[in-house]
Amino acid sequence: MSLTNKTYWRGFEELEQSPEFVKNAKQEFPDYLPSESENGGHYRRDFLKMMGFGVAAATLAACETPVRKAIPYLNKPEDVDATIPNYYASTYAEGGDYCSIIVKTREGRPIKIEGNKNSSISKGGISARVAASVLSLYDKERFRNPMIDGNKTTWDELDSKLGSKLQEVASSGKKIAIVSNTVLSISLQQAINEFVAKYPTAMHLAYDTNSASGILDANEKSFGVKALPSYDFSKAMVIVSFGADFLGTWVSPVQFQKDYSIQRKLSKDKKTMSRHYQFETTMSLTGSNADFRTSIKPSQELNYIAQLHNAVSTLVGGTQLSGVFGEDSKIIKSAAKDLVAAKGKSLVVSGSNNVAAQLIVNNINQMLGNYGSTLSISNPSYFKKGSDSAIDTLLTSDAGAVIFINANPVYDAPKAKEIKALLAKIAIKVSIADRPNETSALCNFIAPDNHYLESWSDAKPADGLFSLTQPTISPLFKTRQSIESLNRWSGGSLDAYSYVQYVWRVNIFPTQTEISTFQSFWDKALYNGVYENAKAFGVTSSYAFDINAVSAALSGSKASTEIEYTLYEKVGIGNGSQANNPWLQEFPEPISKATWDNYVTVSKTFANEKGLEQGDKVKVTSKSGVSVVLPVLIQPGQAANTVSMAVGYGREVSGKVANGVGANVFTFINAIDGKATYSGVCTIEKTGEKYELAQTQTHQTMMSRPIVQETTLADYVKDPSAGRYKPMIKTSDGEKSPEKISIWDTKGLQTHNYNNHFWGLAIDLNSCTGCGSCVISCQAENNVPVVGKREVINRREMHWIRIDRYYTSDAVNQEDKSVAGLMDTKREDPSENPQVVFQPVMCQHCNNAPCETVCPVLATTHSTEGLNQMTYNRCVGTRYCANNCPYKVRRFNWFSYYTNDKFAEINPAHDARENEGLGKMVLNPDVTVRARGVMEKCSMCVQRIQSGKLAAKIEKRRPIDGEIETACSQSCPSEAIVFGDMNDPQSRISKLLNETNQERAYHLLEEINVKPSVSYLTKIRNV
Amino acid sequence: MSVNLKVLTKLSAKFAVISCLLFSTFAAYSQAIPTEEAVITAGKALFENNCTQCHKVTDEVVVGPGLKGVHVRRPMPWLIKWIRNSTLLINSGDAYANEIYNKFGKTQMQSFDFKDAEIVSIVAYIKSESEKVVAAPAASAAPTDGGTATAAQPQDTTSMNLILVLFVAILAIILIVLVLIISILTKYLNNSTSLSDIDKEVVNTKYDFAAVYNSKAFKGIATFVFVLVVGKACIDGMVGIGVSQGYAPTQPIAFSHKLHAGEYKINCNYCHTGVYKSKSASIPSTNICMNCHNAIKQESPEIQKLYKAISTGRPIEWVRVHNLPDLANFNHATHAKVGGIECKQCHGPVEQMEVVQQYSSLTMGWCINCHRETAVNGKDNHYYDALMAAHAKNSKEPMKVKDIGGLECSKCHY
Repeated sequence: MSLTNKTYWRGFEELEQSPEFVKNAKQEFPDYLPSESENGGHYRRDFLKMMGFGVAAATLAACETPVRKAIPYLNKPEDVDATIPNYYASTYAEGGDYCSIIVKTREGRPIKIEGNKNSSISKGGISARVAASVLSLYDKERFRNPMIDGNKTTWDELDSKLGSKLQEVASSGKKIAIVSNTVLSISLQQAINEFVAKYPTAMHLAYDTNSASGILDANEKSFGVKALPSYDFSKAMVIVSFGADFLGTWVSPVQFQKDYSIQRKLSKDKKTMSRHYQFETTMSLTGSNADFRTSIKPSQELNYIAQLHNAVSTLVGGTQLSGVFGEDSKIIKSAAKDLVAAKGKSLVVSGSNNVAAQLIVNNINQMLGNYGSTLSISNPSYFKKGSDSAIDTLLTSDAGAVIFINANPVYDAPKAKEIKALLAKIAIKVSIADRPNETSALCNFIAPDNHYLESWSDAKPADGLFSLTQPTISPLFKTRQSIESLNRWSGGSLDAYSYVQYVWRVNIFPTQTEISTFQSFWDKALYNGVYENAKAFGVTSSYAFDINAVSAALSGSKASTEIEYTLYEKVGIGNGSQANNPWLQEFPEPISKATWDNYVTVSKTFANEKGLEQGDKVKVTSKSGVSVVLPVLIQPGQAANTVSMAVGYGREVSGKVANGVGANVFTFINAIDGKATYSGVCTIEKTGEKYELAQTQTHQTMMSRPIVQETTLADYVKDPSAGRYKPMIKTSDGEKSPEKISIWDTKGLQTHNYNNHFWGLAIDLNSCTGCGSCVISCQAENNVPVVGKREVINRREMHWIRIDRYYTSDAVNQEDKSVAGLMDTKREDPSENPQVVFQPVMCQHCNNAPCETVCPVLATTHSTEGLNQMTYNRCVGTRYCANNCPYKVRRFNWFSYYTNDKFAEINPAHDARENEGLGKMVLNPDVTVRARGVMEKCSMCVQRIQSGKLAAKIEKRRPIDGEIETACSQSCPSEAIVFGDMNDPQSRISKLLNETNQERAYHLLEEINVKPSVSYLTKIRNV
Repeated sequence: MSVNLKVLTKLSAKFAVISCLLFSTFAAYSQAIPTEEAVITAGKALFENNCTQCHKVTDEVVVGPGLKGVHVRRPMPWLIKWIRNSTLLINSGDAYANEIYNKFGKTQMQSFDFKDAEIVSIVAYIKSESEKVVAAPAASAAPTDGGTATAAQPQDTTSMNLILVLFVAILAIILIVLVLIISILTKYLNNSTSLSDIDKEVVNTKYDFAAVYNSKAFKGIATFVFVLVVGKACIDGMVGIGVSQGYAPTQPIAFSHKLHAGEYKINCNYCHTGVYKSKSASIPSTNICMNCHNAIKQESPEIQKLYKAISTGRPIEWVRVHNLPDLANFNHATHAKVGGIECKQCHGPVEQMEVVQQYSSLTMGWCINCHRETAVNGKDNHYYDALMAAHAKNSKEPMKVKDIGGLECSKCHY
C-alpha cells in the first residue's frame, strides 16, 4: 500500500472541501471579534478611554501591598506537608465500571487520579471517565444533607423515622425492594445481605444500564456458572467482535485496552500482531481500531455469528447450526480461517444481550479451544451482575418500600415509565445517591451517599482479585456511606471503615497464610490498593451446548429491510451517571468528535436518500411508539439503513451542567424475551428544524499533508520503514533531505545543545486506540478550563492535547475498485466504510520552533532540556505564535474562565466565585491558572519534570526512566505515549527511537525541518 | 586451595565482627571521648537539629539543664541510657536521674533513637564546646571574610561623602575669595580717576540675571534637568511598586526570631519543617510551638494566644511577609537542600530581627542575578556529574546556575 492512493479526512467538510471548511482551515482564529458595538457607536474609543482610566487606577491600586495571611495547621498531621503531594491507592467502582487507581492529594484535597500498576486488571491505565471523576467530588450540586420529604433533617432523625417505617412494612408482610446496579463491593453486598436477613421481606434487585444479562444466562446454560468469563486479550492473536465495544465501553475497557495493545505493538524483535475483525452497526472506538470492519444491521448480527460458527465448525469438524440464512460472506470465511489457524490463541466476543447469540459465541470459543487461554470461566469476573428480570420483579412485586442504592431506574432502566408510576403508589421510597437524580426526585427519604473519594469500600472485579477504596478527604457535606446507612438500618452501629475491615477479616484474610496478623495484611492491601490471590479461588465447570435450542432461536431471525436503530454508550458520558461533569461533556467523543450533545448518526448514503443534512433535526419513532427529536450527524462507517443514538443524555434532574443536554434515548430499550435489547425498528421523519452541533473534528486541521503514515503488516515485515514519507527538498545542488537545509545555522545544523536532559514523547499510532483518557488526564493536571458548547462551536476549545481522528480509504481512486480486498461491502463512497487512524497531537516542542522566532516579547522560548517554554506572565497576546505554528497546538485564552459569569452555568465545578471555595479545590496548585489574553499550550508537564528532577537531586542521583511521566503518558491504558529523556540511552524512548522501532519513527511535517521532540511511530494494519 | 580461601574469608569475617564488637564496646564504655574534627562536626549537626530547643552548652538553663561539662558530670553509659529513654532510667530508680527529673519540674525529656556512635559524637561536640567556651573571647576577635566585606562597604561610602563635602567646601572658599577679589578690584578701579566713562561703564556693569533666566538655553537646560529628575523619581517609584523590601508587618503574636533563632540558636528547620523537602518552608503549626511552650513561659500573654488557639480550634493567622506572585514557582528544597544555600542569604540576619522583615527585594532581577553568580553545588551529587564534566571541558570557571539553564523561563514559570 503506497501512500499516494490514500486520502485522509477528518469530516465530510474536509472530504468535500466545503466552503465553510476551506475558509476556517486557513484561519487559526475564528472571525468573532467584538469590534464595534451593535449600534455602530464609539465602542472602540470608549474602550480606549476606559482602558486609560483603568491603567491609571490599576497603577494606583497596585501601590498598596495587600495583606496576605499564612495560616498553618493547628496540629499538623504527621504525613501531610504543605506543597508535597500524597498518593493513596484506591478503587473507582461506579456500577460495574472498575479501575484501580492512585489518588494524588495536595494538602488533603484529591486533585488527580492516576492508574495503579499493582492491579492485574487495570494495570496502571485509567479511562477518561475515571480521570474526570475527581471533578464530580467538588460538584456543589451534590446532596448536602439527609432529607425527608424534601426538608433537611439529621441522620438520627432519618434513621429513627425510616427504621420504624421499615418495621411497619416488614410486619405488614409487604416487600422491601433494594434496587441497585452491579454491586462490585463485597462489603456493600454483605451489608445488603444483612439488611435482607434483618427484614425477611426484603429482596435485592440488581439491573445494569448496559446489560450483560444475556452473557450471564448463556454461561449458566453452557457452564453452570452465572458470571462473565475473564477475558485475556493479550493472548489473542485473532479477535472477532460482534458489536462489543471492548476498547470503549464494554465490560472492562481499561483492562481490555491494556491487554489488546500488547498484541498490537511491533518492534525489531516482535514482528507479529493480532488481527481484529469487527462487525458492528455504528462506528465504535473498537471498530475504528479493527483491521477489518464490517457494518451490519443489528438484525443481521445473530445470523453473522451463526455463519461464523458454521464456518469455524466446518474447518474444525464440529456440528452445524441450522436456520442460518444467506451465503457465508467472504469476510466471515476469512475470519473463520484466521480463527482456526490461531486455535487456542483467538477470541470471539459479542456485545449482544441475546442468549442464543452468546451461546453460539461460547460454542465457537469452545471449538477453538480458547477457554483456559484467552478467556476463562474458572476465574469468572463480576463487572456485570445485573439481571434484566430485576425490573420486572420490582414491577410485579407488591413492594411497600423501595431503597435505591446509587441506581437511577426512572431514567435509565427499561420500563422507566412503569417504574415512575409504581413509585407513586409506594409509601416508603429511599434514595442512597451522592447527587440528585430522576429517581431521587421521586423519593421521600434521601440518605445521601459519600463520593467514592470520601469512602471506605472495596471491590471484587474477579475471583481472587480484591481491591480497597479509601477516603482521600473527609466528607465535604453531611453525607454517609451506603454501607454505613444499611448497617445502621439493620441495627448495626459500625462505621464504614470498621465494616469493610470486618468483612475482610472474615472473608479474605483467612484465604491466605503468608501474613499472620490481620493488621499487617490489611496495611499491605491498603498500601497496594489491591490484594490478588487468584489461585486460592476458582470454580470448576463442565461444558454443555444445546444445539437445538439455539437453532430454534435462529430460525426466527430474518433479514429486515426496515430502518433499524441501535443505542450505544459514549466513551465519555457512558450511561449518564456522571453527566453533570463538564470535563466529560466537553470531551470530544473519539469517533464523532462531538461535544455537549447526543445525536442520530446516519450514513452518508442514507442521508442523501432521505435528504438529510448534518444538523437537521429528525424525529425517530420506534415501533412501540417511543419517539425522540435529535439532530443528525453523518457518520462514516454507519451501516446502511440504520441510525444510532447515544444514551446518557437528556438528564432532567442532574445539575446545571447536564440538565437538558441532548435527549434521553434509554426509552428506546426494548424488552425481547425478558432481555433488554438496545436495538429495534424505527421510522425517521424530518422536522425541518436545524441545530448546531459542537464538533471539534475539523478544528486545527493540518490541511491534508502526509502527517499520518501507515502501512500493512506484510509490508512492514519486508521493510520496517514501509509507509514512511521521506520528503526531499529541491535545491540548486539537487534534492536534499530537509534536515540538511537550515536558514538558521548552516555550519552546525544544530541550534541547541542539550547537555543535561532532552525530553521527548514517542507516540505509537499502532497502539493508540483513541480512547481519550490522556485528554482528561491533561485537563486535570494542567487546569485546562471548560469553555462550553458555544465556545466549542466558535472553535475555541482549550484542550492542550487533541486526538485527531482521520478517516481514510483507498476508494477515492475510482478506477481501482479491487483494492477493497477483503471488504465485501460494495464501496461506492469513501465514507461507506473507511479505515480510521487516531493521532494524539500536543505541542511538538520543536527544536527549530517557528513560534519562538515570531514572539515579539520572548514569551515563548526554548529550554536547554528541549522544551518549548510558554511564559504566561510575559505573553501580551499577539497570537503571532499560534499563527506561525504548523501543528495548531496553541490555544488562546479568550476569557477568564474561572471568574467569568458567562461560564458559571457550564462550569459550576470550576466556578471560583463561590464563597465556599469548592470550585478551586480541584485545581493543581503547581500549575498557573491562566488569565484572559494569554496563549497557552502543552508544557510537556514541566511541573512534573521539575519535581522529578528535584527528587533525583535530593537523592544525589540521575532520574530513573519512568520515574517522571507526563499526565498523558501516565494515564494511557495502551502505553502508546512514551515519555522520557532522549539523552539517556537506557530510557524506553531512546530504545524505541534508536533501536527497536527506529525505522517507524517520524516527525510531523518533516519537510519544514522544525525538528519536533515528539515522534510518531507508523500505523500498521494487519490486513 | 578453594577450601583454604573459604576458611580464610570466614576467619577474616569473624575477626572483623569481633574487632567491631570490641571497638563498639570500647567506644561505648570508655570515658575517652573522641576529639576528631569529623566526629565533632557530626555531633554539632545532631546537637543543633535535636537538642538546641531545650539545651545550651553553657551553664544556662533553657528548658533542660545547661550541658557545659556534662561529659565530666556523668559517665557515657548513663548518658546513652538517659538520651535513649529517660523515663526508663527514672523508673529504674536511678538517683541522679530522679534528682534531675524533680529539679526540672518533672518535665520529661523526649526520647531519641540514636545509635551509640551518634550519642558519643554529640558528647564529643559538647566536650569541645565546653572547653571552647573558656577560650571563646579570644577567638571572637577574628571576623569572617563575609563580615569584613559587608562592613567595608558603608565605610567606603562615608569616606566618599567626606571627600565630596571637602571638595564642595574648597570650591565654595575659592568662589568667595574670587568674589572678594573682584569687589576689591572694582572698588580700586572706581577710586582711581584715570578711567574713561566707557571704561567705568564696563567696570560697573551689573550682571543681568533676568536675561540669563529668559534665555532659551537656560530654559532648555532647566526643562531637561527637570524632566530628568522627575523621570528618575517616577521610574524609581514604578520599579518599587510591588517590591516590599523591608516589609515588617505586625504579627498576631509578637514572636521574636531574635530570641528563638538568635539567643537560643534553634535551627530554622526545627520550626520551618518543609525547608529541606518541599516547595514551601512552611509556617510552623501550633503543635510545634507547644513542643516547648507547654512548659516554658506559659503565663506570658503572647503564649496565652497559643493556648487560646488550641482551645478554640482556630489556627493563628500569621501575616505573610514574603509574597511571591502566584506565577513564580520558588522551591525551598531546591535551594536549601540541593543548592546548600544558607537561609540568611535570602532572609537576612533573621536571628537579629525582633519582628521579621523581608530582607531581599524578591524581584525577578534579584533572582536572576543570583542564578548568574552562584556556582552549582554539584560536588558529590551524581545528578551533576556529567554536567560538571561537560562544563569543565569548555570553561575554567566553576559551573554557575545559569550554565545549566538557570535563567530559563520555565524553571520558575509554569
